[in-house]
Amino acid sequence: MSLKVKLSFSGGMELLFNNNKSAEVKIPASINPPNPTNMQDLIFWIRDNLLKERPGLFISENTVRPGILVLINETDWELEGELDYEIKDGDDIVFISTLHGG
Amino acid sequence: MKICVLCNKNKAILKRPKTSQQICKECFYYVFETEIHHTIVDNKLFKPGDRIAIAASGGKDSTVLAYVIKLLNNRYNYGLNLFLLSVDEGITGYRDDSLETVKRNQQQYDLPLEIVSYRQLYGWSMDEIVKEVGLKNNCTFCGVFRRQALDRGAMLLNVDHIITGHNADDIAETVLMNILRGDIARLQRCTEIVTTGDERIKRSKPFKYTYEKEIVMYAYFKKLDYFSTECVYSPNAYRGYARTFLKDLESIRPSTIIDIIHSGEAFQIKQDVKLPTQGTCKRCGYMSSNELCKACILLEGLNRGLPKLGIGKTNRMRKIHGDMPDNTSTIQHLDTLKNEANNNKCKDLLKWSTKTTPTAVTQEMHGGRYASRSAINVLLQTDSEICSMWYQPY
Ligand SMILES: [Zn+2]
Ligand SMILES: [Zn+2]
Repeated sequence: MSLKVKLSFSGGMELLFNNNKSAEVKIPASINPPNPTNMQDLIFWIRDNLLKERPGLFISENTVRPGILVLINETDWELEGELDYEIKDGDDIVFISTLHGG
Repeated sequence: MKICVLCNKNKAILKRPKTSQQICKECFYYVFETEIHHTIVDNKLFKPGDRIAIAASGGKDSTVLAYVIKLLNNRYNYGLNLFLLSVDEGITGYRDDSLETVKRNQQQYDLPLEIVSYRQLYGWSMDEIVKEVGLKNNCTFCGVFRRQALDRGAMLLNVDHIITGHNADDIAETVLMNILRGDIARLQRCTEIVTTGDERIKRSKPFKYTYEKEIVMYAYFKKLDYFSTECVYSPNAYRGYARTFLKDLESIRPSTIIDIIHSGEAFQIKQDVKLPTQGTCKRCGYMSSNELCKACILLEGLNRGLPKLGIGKTNRMRKIHGDMPDNTSTIQHLDTLKNEANNNKCKDLLKWSTKTTPTAVTQEMHGGRYASRSAINVLLQTDSEICSMWYQPY
């Protein structure tokens, strides 16, 4: 079983991913069996499978680095349970860095 | 699904960092824009007829600033004449790309754009400066040159006021840095929403109380076109640490940002602390508390192949290498720039005055701050030689 997820990176995040602004990926429905895959698993999965450089600019202490905004299906992930959110097939997840100049 | 606490109707899409409220997209737009409007009104930032330059870098803050100020100007009839003002530092792979964004913004928002470049003002681009000085002190050059470049651009546009996209997070970060460095004079200035620079050109920060998270979310939901690459020469390590520290604090307690700004505001300088008195640079006319402004010393150093001249040991370097040779090129004197700006304004007005009625011209002159009655009469003869005559303080 796998889940299809759309990932987007912007606000400078894309630089950590070879300048790819988005990716359609298939991830296991349960990365840590028996639990269903959640945001925490997805973040590590992204680090291990997609991230091209400087993981410290993406992850800090088991979550995304402070200053990176996350949207799950166009909604602030702070309203969706953050790391505990269970990924569903077809989810659209956006990472935006706020750390780059204004 | 969480419901918006403001309208109790729509799906919430954002948790506000300032208040922890969960709100929907429409309510977010409304509160975001309205809070900025209140900041503008409460602090009396603008008055009708003001000519305002938006310092535009193509980045998220200035892009959202241009969009929102244009929108509020229409919605609340501020009566502002808005311009975009950009500085081209001459950094390949960074500023050239971000200027493309500004040029698109110019089209999208239909605002006039002025670009002032380091190459044109100082004879050196940042790329050339970095080749000369390396990556150690380049940010000093860039910071000093940028400030003066913006003021000069503002004079060319005949604007009264520059607004910048500094947001609450930026200001909190600057408060922290000034505390860490013990820079008391800057600590007091950095939280002020309005400051006055050279030639009485005001600078203000309409986003002083606006959280970075909300600016980025606003840009995202409105699909605003902005540029986000780090400066290729930048890594300002000290600021970087302050920023990371602040973001860590914010993730635990979001009100930290506003709390730090309030702390900065609450610091008061004791009466007996002496602040430097402002004069003008004898070489270029820009404001300076010393005989020469920082930009002039830095530029002299570049032009004489002594890049360290403006960094630290100026007096010792002068003793060794002597004064500046006469044929060294310097920054154009502000008086020349002002004449140029006046002439431009005259030309515009003359062009316009031939297309309208004498009454309208008279009204414009009286509404404006410059012309005298006799000057208006001369202007009406549309003789371009009188430019310098009518352009006198009212
Ligand atoms: Zn609502
Ligand atoms: Zn000077």
